[in-house]
Amino acid sequence: MAELTLKSVGKTYAGGVDAVSDVNIDIKDGEFIVLVGPSGCGKSTLLRMVAGLETVTRGDVHIGGRRVNDLDPAERDIAMVFQNYALYPHMSVRDNMAYGLKNRGESKAVIEERVAEAARMLELGQYLDRKPRALSGGQRQRVAMGRAIVRQPSAFLFDEPLSNLDAKLRVSMRMEIRKLQQRLGTTSLYVTHDQLEAMTLADRLVVLNGGRVEQIGAPLEVYRKPASTFVASFIGAPAMSLLDARIEGGQLSLAGHALARLGNAPGPVTLGLRAEDLRIVDTGLPMRVEYVEELGAQRIIHGMVGDQALAVTDTHDTPLGPEVRVAVDSAKIHLFDAQSGRRMDKRLQTVSEPAE
Amino acid sequence: MQKIKPFDHLILILGVLFLCAPVVMALMSSTHAAIDIHSNGLSLLPGGNGIETYTKVLTHKGGFTGDVTGLLMLRNSLIMGLGFAVGKIALSMMAAYALVYFRFRFATLLFWAIFATLLLPLEVRIMPSYQVMSELHLLNTYTGLIVPLLASATGTFFFRQFFRSVPDELLEAARIDGAGPVKFFIDVLVPLSKTMMAAIFIIMFIYGWNQYLWPLLMTTDESFYTLMRGIKSILQVWVGSQIPDYNEAFALAVLAMVPPVAVVVIFQRMFIKGLTESDK
Ligand SMILES: Nc1ncnc2c1ncn2[C@@H]1O[C@H](COP(=O)(O)OP(=O)(O)O)[C@@H](O)[C@H]1O
Ligand SMILES: [Mg+2]
Repeated sequence: MAELTLKSVGKTYAGGVDAVSDVNIDIKDGEFIVLVGPSGCGKSTLLRMVAGLETVTRGDVHIGGRRVNDLDPAERDIAMVFQNYALYPHMSVRDNMAYGLKNRGESKAVIEERVAEAARMLELGQYLDRKPRALSGGQRQRVAMGRAIVRQPSAFLFDEPLSNLDAKLRVSMRMEIRKLQQRLGTTSLYVTHDQLEAMTLADRLVVLNGGRVEQIGAPLEVYRKPASTFVASFIGAPAMSLLDARIEGGQLSLAGHALARLGNAPGPVTLGLRAEDLRIVDTGLPMRVEYVEELGAQRIIHGMVGDQALAVTDTHDTPLGPEVRVAVDSAKIHLFDAQSGRRMDKRLQTVSEPAE
Repeated sequence: MQKIKPFDHLILILGVLFLCAPVVMALMSSTHAAIDIHSNGLSLLPGGNGIETYTKVLTHKGGFTGDVTGLLMLRNSLIMGLGFAVGKIALSMMAAYALVYFRFRFATLLFWAIFATLLLPLEVRIMPSYQVMSELHLLNTYTGLIVPLLASATGTFFFRQFFRSVPDELLEAARIDGAGPVKFFIDVLVPLSKTMMAAIFIIMFIYGWNQYLWPLLMTTDESFYTLMRGIKSILQVWVGSQIPDYNEAFALAVLAMVPPVAVVVIFQRMFIKGLTESDK
């Protein structure tokens, strides 16, 4: 159990690829942090630097107050779970879990007790003498978790541990990982490219883009106040619609329609609208319907406003015409700088807004 | 299912005959008396001299010094075969381990250099090798017989390809589990390579077993005689009107076949088991 601190951590691979730049994260004891971002954004690289599998090019990594930059993976007191499980194929489940402890010179009794405990927690008891190949994907992933648990490390590191499982199993394993982590109270760093997985698991999210941190925050905070257009389009499904709009004379207008009265400086802005914040009404912003995704409980209407795409969540199942009208709640709009894509505070002129 | 045509069967039967007939002939002929073979040619039916011939071949003390028995030759051949197989596997595995898992300068160049030695068979370097052994006073020793031929480009190549197919995460998991280079090699790579080792064992055992030129050159002491040389020397006695002991040559040839066949049968089972079981 320990804090984990990354101070201006950076990684340049041989060949000059800047995979990670200037990452600062303070992880509290027992916290579950999820690193999320698209493929190739440097999540694995960052995690592997913490694990000691890659050298740290710049900055410092501290685990439990100890600077670990130059320590071997085995000396860092961490455990890692890999996407492809990385179980030793020729060892039984029991030996897979015990191997690390044996190498550390733990006594037989301790090893046996810890393996039994982990097997009980993960319901692996009846498989202890099997080889990994005789297990299903989900069971293998449990063994990989068991191998991490028996070490009783200061931190768990997960690199997309659920990506090789089918969708249903992924959801249940997700819950199990979370419950297990809460029960053990072990600091965890978890890498995924799946924003839903990230949202449901994390105490705090770290959104990475091109090797840099875009935003760190609790899932809901990131969802409600994305710090940039990148985060806005990455977190949440369907993705937030981002549209080019203008502020002129205190009015935010989109494709010629006034949407809200704002006190922001005039000029072009990027307007962010979440599908679930919009409603289909009788009068409002006109949208040409392109296609409709039926999800059962709701449907997502994809359409065009002028020449820009917009998605709206609708809970009705009345037939739609070729054009619908969309109501935009000015309290729920997001504004981003048109150039940098950073979030802008919106200054709502609520005085003249009619109350809802 | 395709219908099997009689013609296909004919071809298969011919193939079987081609492969089996010489073996059967050698086995059957070895049970006849030498005179019989000389006058009536090879035989496909068993004769009455079997036990006598085999007993003689295994225990008769021959050679100039008069104490080279078939058993001794069998033992020497076994030492050659096993020494080759075990030594080559150990050496080429370690070489491949270094090439794949350690980053050092010119590793690729080194690999191709090793690989290029495939182009140089023993015969090309037999004189320098002989000289080296002679100056090290290793003539007429098992060390001299085995060690100079242990470096194996084939083995190194196969193990290298195999190690490269082992997922990197396994090494990383082992590193996190506190296994150093030696531990990883012994605890993970060696057990994973079982199939590969069985395959290479078969090839190398037979290679060592069949060595003829090198032992001929390296050893003058008759106690190092191998089966291959024994067979040859029986047929060499053609002086005057003496008939070579064909039956004994055949018996030795049959005996010489047994251990390689045994090795293939035993290791093939392991080999196939490994192939069907391994799942990385
Ligand atoms: N061993 C390596 N050598 C050079 N570049 C690498 C290496 N590993 C990863 N990279 C590069 O670093 C970037 C980040 O990779 P990675 O951390 O694996 O991304 P992610 O896990 O987010 O998909 C990618 O552009 C990738 O091509
Ligand atoms: Mg990755």
